[in-house]
Amino acid sequence: MGRVGHMDKNTVVIAMKDIVKKFGDFVANDHINLTVYKGEVHAILGENGAGKSTLMNVLYGLYRPTSGQIEVKGKAVSISSPGHAIELGIGMVHQHFMLVQPFTVTENIVLGMEPKKGLMVDLKEARRKVVELSERYHMKVDPDARIEDISVGMQQRVEILKVLYRGADILILDEPTASLTPQEISELIEIIGHLTADGKSVILITHKLKEIKAAADTCTIIRQGKYISTVDVSEVNENELASMMVGRDVAFQVEKKPLVPGEVVLEVRDLKGKDYRGVQILKGLNLSVRQGEIVGLAGVDGNGQTEFVEILTGLRKADSGEVRIHGKDVFNASPKACFDSGITSIPADRQKYGLVLDFSVAENLILQKFHTSEFSSHGILKRDKIESHARELIEKFDVRPSGCENRPAGTLSGGNQQKVIIAREITNNSELLIAVNPTRGLDVGAIEFVHRYLVEQRNKNKAVLLVSFELDEIMSLSDRIEVIFDGHISGSVAGKDADENELGLMMAGGAVRG
Amino acid sequence: MDKKKGILQGNAFYTLLSILVGFFVGAILLFLAGISPGEAYGQLFEGVFGNLKNIVWAFIYASPLIFTGLSVAFSFKTGVFNIGAEGQFVVGSLAACAVGILVKLPPALHIPLCMLSAVAAGAVWGSVVGLLKVKRGINEVLSFIMFNWIAYYFSNYAVNLQILHKEGGGEATKDILDSASIVFPDVIRDFLGKNRNANFGFLLAAAAAVLIWFIIRKTTLGYKLRAVGYNNYAAQYGGINSDRAVMTAMAISGGLAGLGGAVQLMGMSMRISQFASQESYGFQGITVALIAGSNPIGCIFSGLFYGAMKYGGTKLSLVDAPSEVVDIIMGTIIFFIAISHVLRNLILSRKGGKA
Repeated sequence: MGRVGHMDKNTVVIAMKDIVKKFGDFVANDHINLTVYKGEVHAILGENGAGKSTLMNVLYGLYRPTSGQIEVKGKAVSISSPGHAIELGIGMVHQHFMLVQPFTVTENIVLGMEPKKGLMVDLKEARRKVVELSERYHMKVDPDARIEDISVGMQQRVEILKVLYRGADILILDEPTASLTPQEISELIEIIGHLTADGKSVILITHKLKEIKAAADTCTIIRQGKYISTVDVSEVNENELASMMVGRDVAFQVEKKPLVPGEVVLEVRDLKGKDYRGVQILKGLNLSVRQGEIVGLAGVDGNGQTEFVEILTGLRKADSGEVRIHGKDVFNASPKACFDSGITSIPADRQKYGLVLDFSVAENLILQKFHTSEFSSHGILKRDKIESHARELIEKFDVRPSGCENRPAGTLSGGNQQKVIIAREITNNSELLIAVNPTRGLDVGAIEFVHRYLVEQRNKNKAVLLVSFELDEIMSLSDRIEVIFDGHISGSVAGKDADENELGLMMAGGAVRG
Repeated sequence: MDKKKGILQGNAFYTLLSILVGFFVGAILLFLAGISPGEAYGQLFEGVFGNLKNIVWAFIYASPLIFTGLSVAFSFKTGVFNIGAEGQFVVGSLAACAVGILVKLPPALHIPLCMLSAVAAGAVWGSVVGLLKVKRGINEVLSFIMFNWIAYYFSNYAVNLQILHKEGGGEATKDILDSASIVFPDVIRDFLGKNRNANFGFLLAAAAAVLIWFIIRKTTLGYKLRAVGYNNYAAQYGGINSDRAVMTAMAISGGLAGLGGAVQLMGMSMRISQFASQESYGFQGITVALIAGSNPIGCIFSGLFYGAMKYGGTKLSLVDAPSEVVDIIMGTIIFFIAISHVLRNLILSRKGGKA
């Protein structure tokens, strides 16, 4: 998909010079430079906590820089608020959408800047403007649909249209692909192309290298608050980008021993169950995982994988079927019974299920084992033991900042929160490890880390079930890939034979192969 | 600079600030009512710290409040809002009263038995609400409030039962037997400014605070209850039975409030009178817990503060100031503690801007 560049090297729209932003003694941005041209897609690449968001918040008027200058379209400015940024033509689409759920697409887009007819909102005129905008940028949306009824990808279009409606010609997209399906991602990249063709500039904050290669002209790399480099994307490959971002070489493919599958650990037969609305979502699912293999469960969100994992970990009751661990029945067992029989999991929602954010890191690390003789006796917690256990794992799993055992888990960055969960689940040393979107929102360095540990579990002859919406992740790690569609397994391929298009088809309920 | 920042970030600073603001707002109201704030506050201060006897009174007033404060603080730590400490206090008091009147035992057995019955009554009162929440999903705040009224009317009914009611006199029960009293022996009372009601209550309250602190911080039970309180989902995921944890938390919380009722009865009132309105020990416990930031040890001090204010307030009539001024001051303090995070952000962002 060769990109057509629309960059106009003669017109600078944003020039940020020597930006420094300090929070107390902490330097979040240390002399960062950024130049964005008209019609350019400029990616900002950096690990979690590298200072990307801080820089963009400075540009969007949410933070005042400690020092440094900003020029917008050749004029030196001091951006005092998001409202001011919008006046200057800068618009931001946040990672977490800010839409009014029961309102229609049109109502959301014009909110706060409604065309008026006397005292009334002229909804007809509003609708006309929305349709015009969406046609102009080839963003199909239903102007009359309610936000709560449309997909995440559609909601993102609404956010982009909202920014365009306000007259922005510089768009900041913060992690725009974090919750999109592969199909939606390629549509977004197309939309970005239409925007730049019209002379808009796009700043893309991301840590996904593939998307940078596909969408961006230029890439500025930030590491630990410092400016590293600005490169022409066509002249670098993903490996080079990754090592600039992390500051060392990064392995994309984890080394795997040849597959030596052992006994069946997890056996699921004809599992049926409902989702939270009471709708039949699992319609007779069959799956098995053996020792020493990673089985990847691929599928588009909403096909039953979430409920499936909740049933396996005891958080949801199924209607019928069989679930066995080493032949032992754990159908509809309690979470504790599931854990005791050898199932551990890295949950999809790490802040909801994975961690007690108000607990210290040390306390979180004993969540399933606080009552065992290792960490307590006669009902009294062994604080020394708990802390030394935490220090050991923090060191081993490189959780940062080091020495964080007594800090609340909520104060850690997302990547480090995930490391805490992984440290806990892996040291549980269970028979079956279920990992659900284990690298969601993590940067390349952290992803490598997670992948290495999943493969290590497999190499230690444990069973691993990897549930992920990231097809790349499934393909690079799995020994066998099972595709879930509409509540049952719609296809199965060996990991080494997997083909992205074929998997995509199966995920959409297409071909079925034995 | 770092030290200063540490203070500006800490809770204690905002609590003290809120207390100052509370007095300031109280002063304005007194002024508007035509009463000299200086005189009124002088009276308040004098009323509490004027002599040893009065200081001891502040401790006596504080004891039940520390218990209800602990009860609410414990519930906050475990993710439920015990607005029903009022009712648990009443049933606890009633249970202690019945045992104190009807059972004849030597003090060494009688006192513990009265207290145990109070704890049990409060725990049951809390658990029933817990059961409704766990089994039927009924919001605990609603049932707690209704249970407060049930306790209130039940107590008024019980007071008039022939077996408890004082013959010939007033709308109250008989006095509890001397063997159930926790008032200090004469020797100690003489030493404490001859305060006729000086009792063991405060010592028990302080011990209970330490025990609750220990349970919350140091035991597996506390770990379990806090996990459920902070994040029910993660707790369940970790294999903790959250229904059972909620029930346990409500029972302990209720037991504490019940014990508060027993202490008030056995050390101070000696009988239960028919209520004309809710006595509000439970609601004042919410204030105590909030000022303490839900810290059990903190409840000892905030309970003492409230106790002193409450006792000092009774002296305000000497300068024709309404004792309700105390309630206004306490309300203002709570309001400012509740919005203290806003103040903190304001102060810190201003500091950050300069840096």
